[in-house]
Amino acid sequence: MSRPQLSAQHLRLAYDDRLVVDDLSLQIPTGRISVIVGANACGKSTLLRGLARLLKPRGGIVYLDGKHITRLPTRVVATRLGILPQSPVAPEGLTVADLVGRGRYPHQRWFRQWTTEDETVVTAALEATRTTDLANRPVDELSGGQRQRAWIAMALAQGTPIMLLDEPTTFLDIAHQVEVLDLLVELNQTEERTIVLVLHDLNHACRYAHHLVAMADGAIVAEGRPADVVTEELVERVFDLDCRVIPDPVAGTPLVIPVSAHHGASKRQVRATAQPTETS
Amino acid sequence: MSAPAKQRRLVTVERLPSLGADQVSVRLARPRVSARVSARTVSVCVVVFGLVLFASAVNVSVGDFPIPLSDVFPAIVGQGNPDSDFIVRVLRLPRSLTGILVGAAFGMSGAIFQSLARNPLASPDIIGIEAGAAFAAVLVIVILDPNTVGVTAGALIGALATAVAIYVLAYRRGVTGYRLVLVGIGVTAVLSGLTSYLLTRANIYDAARAVAWLTGSLNGRGWEHVGPVGASMLVLVPATLLLGRHLRGLQLGDDAARGLGVRIEVARGGLILAGVGLAATAVASAGPVAFVALISPQIARRLAGSASGALVPAALTGALVTLASDLVGRQAFGNVELPVGVITAIVGAPYFLWLLARANRVGRGG
Amino acid sequence: MSRSARGDAATQVSEGPPRASPAVRGRGSSRDLPKGRGLLQRSGWRATVLLLAVAALGVVAITSVRYGSKPIPLGEVFDAFFAFDGSNDHLIIRSLRVPRTLVGLGVGAALGLAGGLMQGTTRNPLADPGILGVNAGAALAVVIAIFVFGIGSLSVYVWFAFVGAAAASALVYSLGSLGREGATPIKLALAGAAVSALLGALTTAVLLIDIATLDQYRFWAVGSLAGRDAQILAQVTPFLVVGGVAAIGLSRALNTLSLGEDVARSLGQRVALTQGISSGAVVLLVGAAVAAAGPIGFVGPTVPHVARAITGPDYRWVLPYSAVLAPILLLGADVIGRVVARPSEIQVGVVTAVVGAPFFIALVRRRKLADL
Repeated sequence: MSRPQLSAQHLRLAYDDRLVVDDLSLQIPTGRISVIVGANACGKSTLLRGLARLLKPRGGIVYLDGKHITRLPTRVVATRLGILPQSPVAPEGLTVADLVGRGRYPHQRWFRQWTTEDETVVTAALEATRTTDLANRPVDELSGGQRQRAWIAMALAQGTPIMLLDEPTTFLDIAHQVEVLDLLVELNQTEERTIVLVLHDLNHACRYAHHLVAMADGAIVAEGRPADVVTEELVERVFDLDCRVIPDPVAGTPLVIPVSAHHGASKRQVRATAQPTETS
Repeated sequence: MSAPAKQRRLVTVERLPSLGADQVSVRLARPRVSARVSARTVSVCVVVFGLVLFASAVNVSVGDFPIPLSDVFPAIVGQGNPDSDFIVRVLRLPRSLTGILVGAAFGMSGAIFQSLARNPLASPDIIGIEAGAAFAAVLVIVILDPNTVGVTAGALIGALATAVAIYVLAYRRGVTGYRLVLVGIGVTAVLSGLTSYLLTRANIYDAARAVAWLTGSLNGRGWEHVGPVGASMLVLVPATLLLGRHLRGLQLGDDAARGLGVRIEVARGGLILAGVGLAATAVASAGPVAFVALISPQIARRLAGSASGALVPAALTGALVTLASDLVGRQAFGNVELPVGVITAIVGAPYFLWLLARANRVGRGG
Repeated sequence: MSRSARGDAATQVSEGPPRASPAVRGRGSSRDLPKGRGLLQRSGWRATVLLLAVAALGVVAITSVRYGSKPIPLGEVFDAFFAFDGSNDHLIIRSLRVPRTLVGLGVGAALGLAGGLMQGTTRNPLADPGILGVNAGAALAVVIAIFVFGIGSLSVYVWFAFVGAAAASALVYSLGSLGREGATPIKLALAGAAVSALLGALTTAVLLIDIATLDQYRFWAVGSLAGRDAQILAQVTPFLVVGGVAAIGLSRALNTLSLGEDVARSLGQRVALTQGISSGAVVLLVGAAVAAAGPIGFVGPTVPHVARAITGPDYRWVLPYSAVLAPILLLGADVIGRVVARPSEIQVGVVTAVVGAPFFIALVRRRKLADL
C-alpha cells in the first residue's frame, strides 16, 4: 500500500452563515491512529467532514497524496479515503452482506459489478469484523455494537488506506466501545491503515491514539502524543473542566478524572493529600 | 465458497454463500463483464413475468365477445377468424400492452422515488406531475376536440411542464426538499382548482370523459398509446437500470454515499429525471392510476426480499397489478365497466392499511 | 376529486423539514441568525398587527357585501339593516350577500384554524386537514344524496356532507388506532390517505355510472359560496363556534406539544387527550366548512405558514392570525370571482387557489419558512 498523506492548510469551514473552523492547518500522521477530541460544537466533526471532502471549504486546501482533494475525481478519492459518518442510515431490510458489498462501489463499473476481488475483499471484511454469521441479517435488526461493526466492515471493504470515523462509539455500551476500538487498532497494526477518529470520550482517546488533536472553538489547541499533551491545564482549557490526570493503571496512558463540586472539592485540597500528578 | 472457476470458461456462474443464501455472481470471460444477482430476485421476476403473460392472455380472451384462450395466440398473429383478429389486434391487445407498459412505468418510478426519499410512501404525485397532466388533459378534452392522441400529448406536456415549473420555482441557490414540497402544494392547488373549474364549464359529456380520464383508465387505449409509452420506456428503463448502482449508494445517506465516491447531484438528478419521465409518460397514456406507483415497489420488495431498490421486480409487479385491476374492472360488475383506477384504489387502499397494520405489529411503526 | 391525498400522506410521514444544521444545534454564537422567529418579535406588535388584520377583514367583508353582479353603495348597506324598506337592493343584501359573506367568514376561519391545529398536533408543517378523510367522506355522502335520494338542495347536502365527513374521520381514527401506541399522527395520516383514496374511488365509480349525478355533483365539488344563504349559515354556525372555541383553547397545549410528545408528557400534559380534542375540533371545523361550501383546498395547509412567518411559532398567535388571514383570502377570492366574471361568477374554490398560490410560492422563495 502506498504511503498516503492527508493534510489541511489554512482550512476554513462553515455552514450557511456560521463559521465553524477558521485557518486550521493539520497533518495526519501516516499509518497511525489519530483522534480528534473537544467539547460539543467545537468543530471536530466539521473538521473530519472537511477532510473527507463531504464539506466544501470556504477557504484553504485539503491535500490527499499531495494533491488538492477537490480537484481529484470523487471516485478516485473514494479509493484512497473512506469515511464512516455519524449515525449512518441503512434502508429497511438491507442485509449486512448487501451493505458491505456496497463498499465496493468505487472499484466497480456499470459493466463490472462483481469481480473475484470484490468477493475476496468483502468476505475478508466480514471476517475481520466478526460479522460473517450476521451476513444475512437485516442491519436494522442488529444491536448497536453489531450494527457498527457492519458499517465498519463496509468501510473496510472499500479498501482504502485512510479511514475516517466520526464518533463510531457513541450509543454503544462500554464493552462494544472497546470492541470497536480494539478492532481499529488491529486494522492499524496488521494493515497499516491510517485511521482518524473523532471521539467524545477523552480517556478512550488517550488510550487508543498515537496522535491526539485537541480542539476548542474551531481551532487546534494542542496536538501530539496523549502522554505529552493531556494535562489538567489542557482539559480545563478545552472542556472547561476541573480534573486530575493520573497514569491509567492498566494502559499507562493519561487517565482524566473529573473533579466537580460534589466530588473532589477543590483541586488544591486534593493535590495536597494525593500523590504527585506528573504524567511522563 | 465454491471452487474458483477455470480461467477459460466463457461464462461463470458461482454461488456466494458467505454473502447470502441466494447470492450468485455471473461473470463473462470476454468481454470482462460481471454482475451479482440474487437468485431469489431473479426467480420472483420470472414468476411475475409469467403471471403477467397469463393475465394478458386472459385479458385478451374475456370480454363482450369471448375468445377461447387457445385462440388468443393465433388471433395475435392474425391466423384466427377475422372477427377475433380484429378484436384482439385492434382492441384488446393494445389495451393490455398499454396496461403492462403503464403499470411497469409506474412501478419503476415509484421504486425510484421511494428509494431516493427513503420513505415507503413517496410517490411521483408530490412533484405535481399528476396535477399537471390532469389539467392539460381536461383542457384538451373540454376545449379541443377530445381525440385521444391529443389528450395524451397534452397530458405529457402538462406533466413535464409542471415538473419543470415546480423545480424552477423552488430553485433559489439550490433546491431543498422542503421548499420543493411547499411549492408543489401551491402549484398543485392552482392546477386542481382550474381543473375543477373546467369541469363545471364543460358540457356534461365532456365532463364525464374527463372524470373517466382523471381516474386512470385504459378504455380505448390503442396502438397509438402503446407507441409513445413503449418508446419512452425503451430509453428510460435501461437508463434507470444503469443508474441503479448509484441508487444503492444514495440509499445509505448523503454522507456515506459521498464517502463512497458517488457523484450525488448527478446521480440523484439523473434518477429523478428518469422517475419523472416514466411517471409522466404513464400518466399521459392512462391517466393517474391510483396506488400503482405506491404499492408495487412495496409488494416487490417483500417478494424479492431485497432492499436494493428492486427496480425490475417493481416494474413487473406494477404491470401485473394494472392488468389484473383492468380485468376486474371490465368483468366483475356485470355490464358496468369501471376504469382501472377505481379498482386499484379499492384494492390498493386496504392493502396499504394492511401494510400499516403489519408494520405496527412488528414494531416499526409507520 | 382531489388526487393529492396520497401525496399528502407521504409528506406527513417523511422526516419533515431537514434536520437542524449544526449551526442551530451547537452552542449559539453571536454570529447566528435567530431561526424560527417571525417578523414580529414583541407581543405588542403582534397584537397591533392582528387588529389591523381584523380591520382589513372588515373591509373585505364590507366589499363582499357591496360588490357582486351589481355594486351597491355603502349607504344602502347600512340602510338595509337600520332602515329596511323592502327594495331589491336591500333584499339582495340581507338575504344573499350578508349571509354569503358570513358563511365565507366562517368557512375561511374554520379552514385556517383547522390547518393550524393539524400542523401543531402532528408537528408537521405539511399537514393538511383533508388528510383525516373529511373531504372524501363529505364528497361520497353528497354523491349518495344525489344518486340514491335524488336530493338537489344545498341545505340538505349540508347534513349529508357533515355526516359523511364525521363518519369518514371516525373510520380513519379507528383504523389509525389499531395496533400498539394508539393513534399516532403518522398512522392517522396513512389511514387517512388510504380511506380518502378508497372513498374517492367509490365516489368516482358512482359518478361514472350515473351521468346525471356527475352533472350536479361537479358544481358542489369545485367549492363555492354561491347560494349559501341564512339557512346554511344557521346550520353550520354551531359546529364552527364549538370547533373554533376548542381550537383557541388548545393553543397553549399545542405550544407544549411542539417540544415533542415525550417532553410534553413529562411536563404533565395529557397528550392523547390533546390530540383527541384537536382531531375532534378539526373534524367539526372542516366538516362544517365542507358541508357549507364544498371542498376547498389550499387554505388549510398554507395560511398557517403565512401566519407563522409573521408571528413566530407561538400558537397563541398563530391560530388567531390564521383565523383572520384565511377569511381575508377566501372572501377576497370570492369577491374577485364575482366581479371578474359578471354576471356569473368563478367559484371561490378556484379563485382562492389561483390567487393565493402565487403569493404563497413567492413567500416560500423569499423567506425560509420556519420549522415548527
